[in-house]
Amino acid sequence: MNQELVATLLKYAVMFGVFINVAPIMNWVERRACAFIQDRPGPNRVGPLGLFQPLADALKFMFKEDVTPSMADKPLYLMAPALALLPAFTTFVLIPFGPDIQVNGRTVPLVVANADTGVLLFLAIASLGVYSLVMAGYASNNKFSLLGSIRASAQLISYELAMTISVLAVLIPVNSFRPADIVAYQQAHHVWNFIPQFLGFLVFLIAAFAETNRLPFDLPEAESELVAGFHTEYGAMRFALFFQAEYTNMAALAALGATLYFGGWSMDMFGIHYPHNWIGAVLGLATLIAKIAIAMAVYVWVRWTFPRFRYDQLMKLGWKVLLPLSILNLILVAALTVAGVY
Amino acid sequence: METLIFFLFAALAVGSAIVVVTHKSPIYSTLSLVLTLLSMAVLFVLLGAPFLGAVQVLVYAGAIVVLFLFVIMLLNVQKEEAAHVDRGAQLWTAIVGVIAFLGMFWLAFWRTGLRIGGPAPQPLTQEFVALRTVAVELFGTYLLPFEMVGLLLLVAVIGATVAARRPGAPDNSVDDLPVYASGDEPRTDPLRSGPDPRRPSVAEPAYKTKEANV
Repeated sequence: MNQELVATLLKYAVMFGVFINVAPIMNWVERRACAFIQDRPGPNRVGPLGLFQPLADALKFMFKEDVTPSMADKPLYLMAPALALLPAFTTFVLIPFGPDIQVNGRTVPLVVANADTGVLLFLAIASLGVYSLVMAGYASNNKFSLLGSIRASAQLISYELAMTISVLAVLIPVNSFRPADIVAYQQAHHVWNFIPQFLGFLVFLIAAFAETNRLPFDLPEAESELVAGFHTEYGAMRFALFFQAEYTNMAALAALGATLYFGGWSMDMFGIHYPHNWIGAVLGLATLIAKIAIAMAVYVWVRWTFPRFRYDQLMKLGWKVLLPLSILNLILVAALTVAGVY
Repeated sequence: METLIFFLFAALAVGSAIVVVTHKSPIYSTLSLVLTLLSMAVLFVLLGAPFLGAVQVLVYAGAIVVLFLFVIMLLNVQKEEAAHVDRGAQLWTAIVGVIAFLGMFWLAFWRTGLRIGGPAPQPLTQEFVALRTVAVELFGTYLLPFEMVGLLLLVAVIGATVAARRPGAPDNSVDDLPVYASGDEPRTDPLRSGPDPRRPSVAEPAYKTKEANV
């Protein structure tokens, strides 16, 4: 078999193994952390510290009755949860997770798809995630679901703009769209991008919450207004797929954020250089996972600390604050790059 | 392998494009439009234009068609209204469309395929495909057309905003939206007789008439 293909499949298997485990782990972390913040025990019955709770939940999801509303648009209703997973499990192929390593005298870059247009492709594929939400809301034939998906489509477009423009500012000094080049740039300069690009990082961080429908901006599912928003009519395993997609999307966006602003898999800012061999590969992957884990902890922390935005506040923040800020940041970075500061 | 992918996605693009035009439900039409755009993005990548493919997905599939869906769902259009179809206008649009399409086709063949004996087509090189080349072409060779298209879009945006505003209507920012009492009727000014001239007359809401028909 083709060596190139085997290498790609192996790398995909590694990343898939990391990202498929995000949802069950986060299920436990989220519930324990929110219990801690709200000063109550949280799930602590199944296994030590409730650690086997995700397993019990998965079993519950599988054996619950799977109801399809009789007035639902059947094909779209059934397709939506599966479609939610598709972009979630595609975007992480563009994230580098270790240094180039030598295998049988060949240099293998540790990224599944080392695309020239990497960052753009990531944003492009991530932007397709909204379709599953819209389809789910429309097909359910429920006014709460429809309201949720209308909110989702408007919200995701609004924040995508600010996010894309703040990401573009990172690419100007790097002079490349390739995520591996962005990591290499941060290695060479011994400083993570979030320091010179602080304004852009702030916009990216806020937009990331909106893009993943997390709590200050979880209006598509706002449970106190819309029952459960776009997935009101979904239960059992189909709901679990939406759940899985949400956490995988969060992790993928966290991985992009780590790559753009926190040196990706590298730790060169602290003078630690990983060797170009298997040890370096394992260390690189572990570093990336640690950075994703920290970002996920921030997601959880913010979710249980901040109240939800009102819809007009959300739109105002997106269009009147974040978008001008990101454009200002872009101009600033471009000017400073021309002036030779970066 | 590449030929196989080409035929697969070309067939998908044509097939879903036909669904876009023929399907009764606007939602299904829009979703197949997404499929058309995605297959075209794959074709762009196959043709050695990965940037174009990525931008096609990011801008068209990821943003513009989402806006289409947003509007369709906001209006809650269920089926295409057959009564509104103007046969004469349909015929003229079809004729103009066919002529434009044939003209484009002819131009494409005239510029490339029919030039027998001319210089051989250049092979795709890494440098030709690279983003840098695209950028230099776009912001160097074709800077003027690029800026003109940008200006055109700006004019369209301003035009749409002006057209959407009713003359004499108050500034429609979110803060100024009228707050209705729980009766869902706009409160009228007791000092003024007759309906508010700045607001359109309040017709029976669509959902009420629909339910009355059922």
